[in-house]
Amino acid sequence: MSSSFRALAAKLAATLLLTVGASSCSAVGEKSADQTPSSDEVVLVTHDSFGLPKKLVRQFEAESGYTLVVHRSGDAGTLANKLVLTQGNPTGDVAFGVDNTFASRTLDADVFAPYAHSLPAGADDFALPGDDDQRLTPVDNGNVCVNVDDTWFADHDLAPPTSLDDLTDPAYEDLFVLPGAATSSTGMAFLLATVAAYGDAWPDYWADLMGNGAKLTAGWEDAYYVDFTQGGGKGERPIVLSYDSSPAFTVPKGSDTSNTSALLDTCFEQVEYAGVLEGAENVDGAEQLIDFLGSPEVQAALPESMYVFPVADGIDLPADWASYAVQPSDPYAVDPADIAAHRDDWLREWSDVTTR
Amino acid sequence: MRWSRPLTLAGLAVVPVLVLGLFFVLPVSGMLARGLWPHGSFEPGGVLEVLGRPRVHRVVWFTLWSASAGTLVSVLLGLPAAYALHRLDFRGRGAVRAALLVPFVLPTVVVGVAFRELLGEGGPLGFLGLDGSPVAIVAGLVFFNVSVVIRAVGAAWESLDPRPGEAAAALGARPVQVLRTVTLPALRPAIVSAASVVFLFCATAFGVVLTLGGLKYSSVETEIYLLTTNLLDLPAAAALSILQLVAVVSLLVVAGRLRAVPDPSVARAVARPRRPARGDRLVLATTALLLVLVAAPIATLVTGSLQVEGGWGLANYRALATNGTHQALLVPVTEALVTSLRTAVDATWMSLSMGLLVAVLVTRRSRTRTERRVRGALDGFFMLPLGVSAVTLGFGFLITLNHPPIDLRDSPLLVPIAQALVALPLVVRTIVPVLAGIDDRQRQAAASLGAGPLRALWTVDLPVVWKPLLAASGFAFAASLGEFGATSFLVRDEHPTVPVVIFRLLGHPGAMNYGMALAASVVLAATTAAVMFAVERLRVPSVGAF
Repeated sequence: MSSSFRALAAKLAATLLLTVGASSCSAVGEKSADQTPSSDEVVLVTHDSFGLPKKLVRQFEAESGYTLVVHRSGDAGTLANKLVLTQGNPTGDVAFGVDNTFASRTLDADVFAPYAHSLPAGADDFALPGDDDQRLTPVDNGNVCVNVDDTWFADHDLAPPTSLDDLTDPAYEDLFVLPGAATSSTGMAFLLATVAAYGDAWPDYWADLMGNGAKLTAGWEDAYYVDFTQGGGKGERPIVLSYDSSPAFTVPKGSDTSNTSALLDTCFEQVEYAGVLEGAENVDGAEQLIDFLGSPEVQAALPESMYVFPVADGIDLPADWASYAVQPSDPYAVDPADIAAHRDDWLREWSDVTTR
Repeated sequence: MRWSRPLTLAGLAVVPVLVLGLFFVLPVSGMLARGLWPHGSFEPGGVLEVLGRPRVHRVVWFTLWSASAGTLVSVLLGLPAAYALHRLDFRGRGAVRAALLVPFVLPTVVVGVAFRELLGEGGPLGFLGLDGSPVAIVAGLVFFNVSVVIRAVGAAWESLDPRPGEAAAALGARPVQVLRTVTLPALRPAIVSAASVVFLFCATAFGVVLTLGGLKYSSVETEIYLLTTNLLDLPAAAALSILQLVAVVSLLVVAGRLRAVPDPSVARAVARPRRPARGDRLVLATTALLLVLVAAPIATLVTGSLQVEGGWGLANYRALATNGTHQALLVPVTEALVTSLRTAVDATWMSLSMGLLVAVLVTRRSRTRTERRVRGALDGFFMLPLGVSAVTLGFGFLITLNHPPIDLRDSPLLVPIAQALVALPLVVRTIVPVLAGIDDRQRQAAASLGAGPLRALWTVDLPVVWKPLLAASGFAFAASLGEFGATSFLVRDEHPTVPVVIFRLLGHPGAMNYGMALAASVVLAATTAAVMFAVERLRVPSVGAF
């Protein structure tokens, strides 16, 4: 009995030591310092894709006198719904990343407070239609476009498609992969492009598209990396739904042409906005951040850090972008109020057509 | 004296119940209330309307079907492996045991990509045509959950008294007969426990269904996600959440019935693992097959992570100390790994301490019917976190924990707490069967020999519960390392965990980000295997030998 008792005691001592050792690397109790909100912080609520170079963050903090705290989570849709649910008692002072497909929902719910922003030249073109008291400030834009693998089409002696109609052509059967509208904001943008292009007949287009072997994935990354021939994996489909900026990322080392190109007649424009949150604690900091997002420094950094184009005129693009990322001149658009009114019906109908 | 038992019961229950109440019941009811009172007035009609939609029927049917299939296959493959890895003694046993637990912690996003690389049109198994099929979904579910069966059943099998089986064999029973009439009935509580947990995991699986199903299939969980994050149709989301909760509760009731055995007591003679014999070939072959099935997707991850532009190399791994191409990350993966480990330590002690309290609470023999009912209800109560969508919980936190003194929306503590809640059912289900197996007469004997309640706990309960406790802590640690759903919602930007970082890398185009994501997954898997292996080493063979 006594020997086994000693063995047990030794084991317990070992556990105790282990626990003490482990708790020294525990995270509890140590981070309490940055828990208390203070008035010299400005809190930005945003989505997963937000990113700014450290240098610019430091510059903002030096100029404004506030510490920038960033809370990122989810995609643009999750962000918008999070803001709607916390309306009046927000988790931050300012939000960035609500786009034109979700903007109406936040305006209807009074998520944002008016702010008489001064827009940089050119940004006016991107102001949200229907936002009459300047609650949302445009920050960046980009287009969701069908991309093609030019090397694949050259190897197969086939002319690449150029339009939405081409995608239902049997010549391109089983070649297209795209993220679904229900699970991906990129996919949603393409659904809206077809709504803009075909009006009420869009479900017929989708029926043809699916009939021609289009493949749906859950997210953009899945379509691009796994199924697309230029995605780095072993993909077998040379047509993918992606962005107008994507060709800038498929330039092989030492080459001066991109392996892919965006089909400029298939694009839907996305604009991302920032706004001061209703009920913000630090309104001054929030407004300063919005001005900062429109500054030439941030606008110039947008392509490299967030893969989007600036809204301001006269900003120099990175070399790869200037050569390979071509923006469409006349992308498809749907009125934000229409999107807000019909999003649910469209998505439900889309789900029915695509899973038939 | 008459009140001391109920008071002890209440005393033990108060902390875990409060924690669960604050961090689970409150947020979830907050979201349900938004759905049931959409415009300030009670409108349950919307909920009923939702339940009548044909789409909802399809979704519910698919969820039941896929979860049942996933559970069945997990149990069928897991049982032989549990035997081989816990009752047989062969070289490399510890390594295999640790390896089989790895899938459990891999973020679903990564497993989704790995499976699709394997089964996709251009992948090595592409000729099977399984991409986007229900078979792929079930395979994914099994991949994740088979380790739960191995662990939970294995732990019970290890502390199973071999003598009844030996006696039956001595009386002429063939091995199959012994298995059917002696071993399986004795293991029933553990098997039912494991199967019910696996079923809940399968039924609430999110990433697997989404990535592997090619959007053709939706489960209740993916539907709630869609309704909440995209459509903001809270009444419909509430309807499905309520449906989910009702289903979970009924499952728990049924499982509770099945779990109950006339005399759960386990005699304390522990079998020593023995060398494999000829009769064990089938069992070993099944285990090997399982190992191959688990290894295949992981192998695609490893090869993918070693691929760099124009050949093979370790560049993706070297890049883990950087912020990725085009500053995809705020902090390097190496730093995220430190955060992950620290958070996991916290989540582990939280779930272990709560889990132990709960387990002691629900396994003490009840004197009255009411007492037994209360204990049973508590047992089920702590399983509920398995049955609720991470999205519901995440949004619930935002709208309920938003007023001082509990404005915890941005507290760094929320992450380990949420992970501990996810791990809690695993901990409870691992410990309870063993604790329930202790003959209460042993405690009474200890008491009559003059031992106080603590001394009795020390000498009677602890030696038996030691191994399952280690298994449970390993589980909790692993579950915390791999948790993505709730974590991604709550995590602070400056302190992301590895799964969150992997997700971010996958979402950012750029030459190396994809390779880095795969490399980070491999590192996460390796870390988990190492931790599991260390836990294995801690097991002291002399435990229970008196």
